[in-house]
Amino acid sequence: MIEIEHITKRYGETAVVDDVSMVIEPRTLTAIVGTSGSGKTTLLRMINRLVEPSSGAIRIDGVDNRSVPGPQLRRSIGYAIQGNGLFPHRTVAQNIGTVPVLLGWDTARIKARVDELLSLLQLDPAAFGPRYPHELSGGQQQRVGVARALAAGPNVLLMDEPFGALDPIIRTKAQEDLRAIQKRFGTTIILVTHDMEEAVHLGDRIAVMDAGKLVQYATPEEILANPASDFVETLIGASDRPFRLLSLGEVRDAVEPGGAEGAAIDVDATQRDALAELLWSGRGAMPVTSGDGKVIGRVTVEGLVKRAARPT
Amino acid sequence: MDIRFDKLGVVIAAIAAYGAYVAPFAIFRANRIVPGEPRSILEALPQPLGPLLLVALVAAGLVALLKTPLPVRLLASIAALASLVLLIGIAATYLTPEGNTFARVSPASGFWVSIFAFTLLLADGLTRLQLSPLGRIVALALAAAAISWLLASGRWDSLSILKEYFNRSDVFWSEAQRHVTLALGSLAGAVIVGLPLGILCHRVEALRAGVLNVLNIIQTIPSIALFGILIAPLGWIAANVPGAAAIGIRGIGVAPAFVALFLYSLLPVVANTVVGLGGVPRAANDAARGMGMTGWQRLWRVEFPLAFPVILTGIRIVLVQNIGLATIAALIGGGGFGVFVFQGIGQMAMDLVLLGAVPTVAMAFAAAIILDAVVEIAATRRPVTVTA
Amino acid sequence: MRAWIPTILRLLLLAVLVAFLANPYWFEPLFRPLTQNGAPAIYNQGSLLSLTLQHLKIVAIATAAAIVVAISLAILVTRPAGAEFLPLSRSLVNIGQTFPPVAVLALAVPAVGFGEKPTLIALFLYGLLPIFENTLTGLTTTPANVVEAARGAGMTGRQRLVGIELPLSVPVILAGIRLSVVISLATATIGSTVAAKTLGEVIIAGLLSNNLAFVLQGGLLVAALAVLIYDALSALERMAARRMGQVARND
Repeated sequence: MIEIEHITKRYGETAVVDDVSMVIEPRTLTAIVGTSGSGKTTLLRMINRLVEPSSGAIRIDGVDNRSVPGPQLRRSIGYAIQGNGLFPHRTVAQNIGTVPVLLGWDTARIKARVDELLSLLQLDPAAFGPRYPHELSGGQQQRVGVARALAAGPNVLLMDEPFGALDPIIRTKAQEDLRAIQKRFGTTIILVTHDMEEAVHLGDRIAVMDAGKLVQYATPEEILANPASDFVETLIGASDRPFRLLSLGEVRDAVEPGGAEGAAIDVDATQRDALAELLWSGRGAMPVTSGDGKVIGRVTVEGLVKRAARPT
Repeated sequence: MDIRFDKLGVVIAAIAAYGAYVAPFAIFRANRIVPGEPRSILEALPQPLGPLLLVALVAAGLVALLKTPLPVRLLASIAALASLVLLIGIAATYLTPEGNTFARVSPASGFWVSIFAFTLLLADGLTRLQLSPLGRIVALALAAAAISWLLASGRWDSLSILKEYFNRSDVFWSEAQRHVTLALGSLAGAVIVGLPLGILCHRVEALRAGVLNVLNIIQTIPSIALFGILIAPLGWIAANVPGAAAIGIRGIGVAPAFVALFLYSLLPVVANTVVGLGGVPRAANDAARGMGMTGWQRLWRVEFPLAFPVILTGIRIVLVQNIGLATIAALIGGGGFGVFVFQGIGQMAMDLVLLGAVPTVAMAFAAAIILDAVVEIAATRRPVTVTA
Repeated sequence: MRAWIPTILRLLLLAVLVAFLANPYWFEPLFRPLTQNGAPAIYNQGSLLSLTLQHLKIVAIATAAAIVVAISLAILVTRPAGAEFLPLSRSLVNIGQTFPPVAVLALAVPAVGFGEKPTLIALFLYGLLPIFENTLTGLTTTPANVVEAARGAGMTGRQRLVGIELPLSVPVILAGIRLSVVISLATATIGSTVAAKTLGEVIIAGLLSNNLAFVLQGGLLVAALAVLIYDALSALERMAARRMGQVARND
């Protein structure tokens, strides 16, 4: 659990982060969203003390993060940034091994961990370990960046626009990988992004920052349904709201009894995908199949449209 | 009270304290080649100027030591420098026995160290001031005016370096003229030949590596050797080509020095022209082509203006380098300030060495400041003219 | 195939240089036409080999000292404790580079007298500048997100310097050293005007006795040394840069 209490960062007269308090539950993914200059990155960097707060406190699992020296604190917290920041003069394996080396692990343990992480991220350890970062594609570099952040098995992973430099297709894949990693390790992830779509897609909770202040901190559903201010509403984009809401639900929750003609959709797909498919194929309903291909019911345009309405 | 020290100020104050209290301020010699006797500030200056100078230096040192506002620091450094240069002249007059023309008084290590300390303070202040290019030229002009006034007023006349000057004042100016001719003339030649050569290298890729390699190798030949090597071919030309000797081509003297400086100058000019033209954005070139400009039009209206600041940087390198290298010309009878440097070294007369070295350094320094400013003006004006 | 030509040329140059130093008289016929009135064609007032070694020794000592001091200073002014010195040190380097090497040499004589000392001082002071400037460039232009990632991984200031910033600056620092060595090799010849034992002696002896063969020998020896050392350091630099995925600057 991360408790942020009345944290403020001032540069001269201006408060970049202004009296922010929030509690982040363990094993969740929290997305901090805001425009550039909203203070979201500064807030993130105060958690691992890359930036020292002007006032306020941050506790990680009950321990004040100022109770250990900054470098030691940062070795226990994963950190991944936009453009990945890989060390160009070190091999992929050496990059991933950065924090374990700093922590003084023995060579065998480091190698085992590096190989494990590379395999987990679908990179062949024998082929990629000895390469240098510039020999990798953008997507591969990003994965190595994530592997480096996770190398010492941190409980907390901080990510600053980790997918910012990726093209849309690789980005979607990277987002899926991140969710899988989070499920597998149970890491508490805090992710800074300016993209509300990404926040809604990934976040268990979303914190919206504006001009240094935390304007709303809630679940995606809540933020979509009841934006706290005009600013949050603009950020969501009024015309996209119903579709974002649908993207949060899976087809399984919208299944109605009965049958329908034509191609079927899987229960695991999002309701947004289902509606899009229905509208595109000009049908009023379509069959739903479970994982084994058996039809278990149908979804209808009418049913989905109801679900897209503002929750009350 | 909250007293805070300036880190750089600590260094400056320490250097200045050493210069003012430990090291000698002036050196007195009975004639120009015997070893000198050191004199401290108090010994070298008449009452009450000695103690006053010490007090002034302590005050300026304190301004440097403590965290003080920038204008105060600038004023303190200028005041300290001004009193040092004024009083060294007075010290020279004071220490020289009346009517003695053999005695020599020159600034000693303490003077130079103090000057260095407060120049650091001044340089730091000017750096922080971030003067505009024009501002820097004005500052340079003011400094030059102040020094000229000191020289003209006769306040330095008793200093040994000026006594050396008075002994050869007419030679000094002719060597100065020779020095400038060598440095500027070879630069002009290098620009006239180097620019077209650079453009050619830019357009014809096959030429580029070869030409730049040859010019690179010329740069590695030590200057005295290149000066010497050129004696033979020029001597041969003078002897065998009719009319060559009449226009001043000779084996020794100005001609080989001029040619050597010209050859050294070619590399920076050609290389920077190639780099500058190569750095022209492809989009600008494509756009020019798309609008139907011919090759020549593109060169004159797009490529050359965009590459100009880089080419100018090359010219700056050449000019500063040439002013220094022209000193070597003296070794082969080419003249210039090097005459005094090498004569001085030969006679073990360090004042004479200074008479050659100081103007050379001053000229190189001034050239660097002026051309840096011009480069900056050219580089910052570029975006304005493009958007206008 | 064509890529090998420069390497072969360099090896050839090295072979000629070694052969010439081993026995200059093998090359006497080449220099003979340059002399007049039966003057000696090969430098005979001392051993060319020992002068070459002396020359290299002076340059090596001065450069080694310059490397240590310049890199230490550059590290100092780029740490938070020395940050106040950064702007000044930049302008000092700019000013320093306008000092002609000859002037530095001449001004060192009054301070320390004749011989190798003023040459060493001049080479050291003049050699400092390019190394300091390039180290400064290297240390201040480490990609921001790489430094950020290093901090985020929990590296201390010293670990970042040793593990990240310095290694990443190696190519730029090497370029500075290369520049410094080439300038020093040429400037050392001028040292002979203040009685330092360098190859400049050969050139000056040639100038004094009007013996073009001497001038050419001294000049070509220094030039050959400079070209070979320049190329060796360039190769080292490219190797370092390639490892870091940077394109070597070809200047």
